[in-house]
Amino acid sequence: MLDLKNLTIEKAKEAMRKRELTSVELTSAYLKNISEKNKELNAYLEVFDDVLEQAKRADEIIKKDEGKELTGIPIAIKDNILIKGKKASAASKILENYIASYDAFVVKKLKEEGAVIIGRTNMDEFAMGSSTQTSAYGVARNPFDKDRVPGGSSGGSAVAVAADLALCALGTETCGSVRQPASFCGLVGLKPTYGAMSRSGIIAMGNSLDQVSPFGKTVKDAEILFNAIKGKDEMDATSIKSNEVVGKKKNIIGIPWHLFDNGVDEEVINNFKGSVEKLKNAGYKVIDIKLPYSKYSLPAYYIIMPAEVSTNLSRFDGIRYGLRKEGENVSDVYKKTRSQGFGAETKRRIILGTFVLSHGYYDAYYNKAWRVRNAIEQEFRNIFKEIDFVMTPTTPTPAFKIGEKMDDPVAMYLCDIFAAPANIAGIPAIALPSGFTDKGLPLSIQFMASHFKENELFEIGKKFEEIR
Amino acid sequence: MEIKDIEKLAELAKIELTDTEKKGLLKDLDSILGYVKQITEVEVPEIKHEYENRNVWREDKIEERDFSKEIIIGEFPDSQDGFVKVKKIM
Repeated sequence: MLDLKNLTIEKAKEAMRKRELTSVELTSAYLKNISEKNKELNAYLEVFDDVLEQAKRADEIIKKDEGKELTGIPIAIKDNILIKGKKASAASKILENYIASYDAFVVKKLKEEGAVIIGRTNMDEFAMGSSTQTSAYGVARNPFDKDRVPGGSSGGSAVAVAADLALCALGTETCGSVRQPASFCGLVGLKPTYGAMSRSGIIAMGNSLDQVSPFGKTVKDAEILFNAIKGKDEMDATSIKSNEVVGKKKNIIGIPWHLFDNGVDEEVINNFKGSVEKLKNAGYKVIDIKLPYSKYSLPAYYIIMPAEVSTNLSRFDGIRYGLRKEGENVSDVYKKTRSQGFGAETKRRIILGTFVLSHGYYDAYYNKAWRVRNAIEQEFRNIFKEIDFVMTPTTPTPAFKIGEKMDDPVAMYLCDIFAAPANIAGIPAIALPSGFTDKGLPLSIQFMASHFKENELFEIGKKFEEIR
Repeated sequence: MEIKDIEKLAELAKIELTDTEKKGLLKDLDSILGYVKQITEVEVPEIKHEYENRNVWREDKIEERDFSKEIIIGEFPDSQDGFVKVKKIM
């Protein structure tokens, strides 16, 4: 009997290399779990019919001792990442029957590695949400408490890993969409530096923010995934070859206490303080820092993102692909298609984005938000001259109940209050499991680091895994 | 903001809304704008960036791509002779 709960990419790779395990056996174990649990958890929207063939091909490669880091490793992919010939719906009705015409850059990389892509996972529609409740295909459930949300928008990917329906997974982040579900489901989630990996083949939400982000049970798993899929892609003009920045390390952690002096759950704060003590005992110097502009990250985000959404989603009009609802003339077709194809949150963000970009409001909202964004980025560049890491709780609360916050958009948006600074500044951040509440719900802390210093996040993350 | 503003925005965004949706959006937008409005009051100095992000373009030359004309035409909801077919524009 395979111990999937404690299996990591490294362990699986080693077992396959030593011929103690085949990818077909491993993949079959996950498929068995999926057949037992997915109906209830709703992590996968589709499990591909060629999964075992992929595993067989991987076994052939391993037999020839030509295996790479991810050869034969079963992975789940968020439904907004294109896989050629497979459906990609972004959990929206408007793309219900859309078949991807090419592979996303990161999928190409996974295929080159020989990874086994199990299926596409549930998410908030077009990645707009923090609970996977805006999916057009039903909510996903948190395996720690099935009456609670797994977080979002990459909720399905998080559930897949947390419930042993895949060994690891890819999600995407625009603002916390991997770190927040990682926090709710007890996983490691890495938001890489903006530009560290290609956005080619990712269904766009906010182009200046979107970034593919891995989930793993351990820091090492997230690191292996990151290294396998990162890199410059000529199809994405904002991706660059990440030059590992080697600076002098001071092992100083800064905590912007002023960002969470209220509105944070007591168990979260107590757990956070406990984690800080453990890091101090392990030799890290912890100091209090002030980030005066960063407290405006979330409001800036809720101007910049909807503006980008309103332009990005104009392509879904029923003409070239996806859903089409017939009307009297072409304008009528656009309206009918978009009205019936988009869900409530998507419409809300399109309308909001249309507003902040409209004449008379553009300067006050959109331009101003960008000036604030630049100030936030500069603030982080300055602080990282003095310290190595900024540390906060990953989320202000543990996983909440299904149905909560759905009628109060701002309450839902506030779930990502601690996630926003890293997305707005374009810096990398990692969410790490840090314990459990009295009810057994996972808690999490996050570290942010300077641009392209993912390696330092992996280092402190591994250290934290030893001492937590 | 009033209902007619929501209607104007919906027209610009090519989305039809029911009366219930309009009322809901009016309430939501008031609440969201109430939250993000703090941005308009932040004092930001003119910052001189020590680092500017810029796009890294590829060479403008013809290269093989993953997708074919056939695959793309296959996705058209309606087509004729390899062209996308739409309702009358005017």
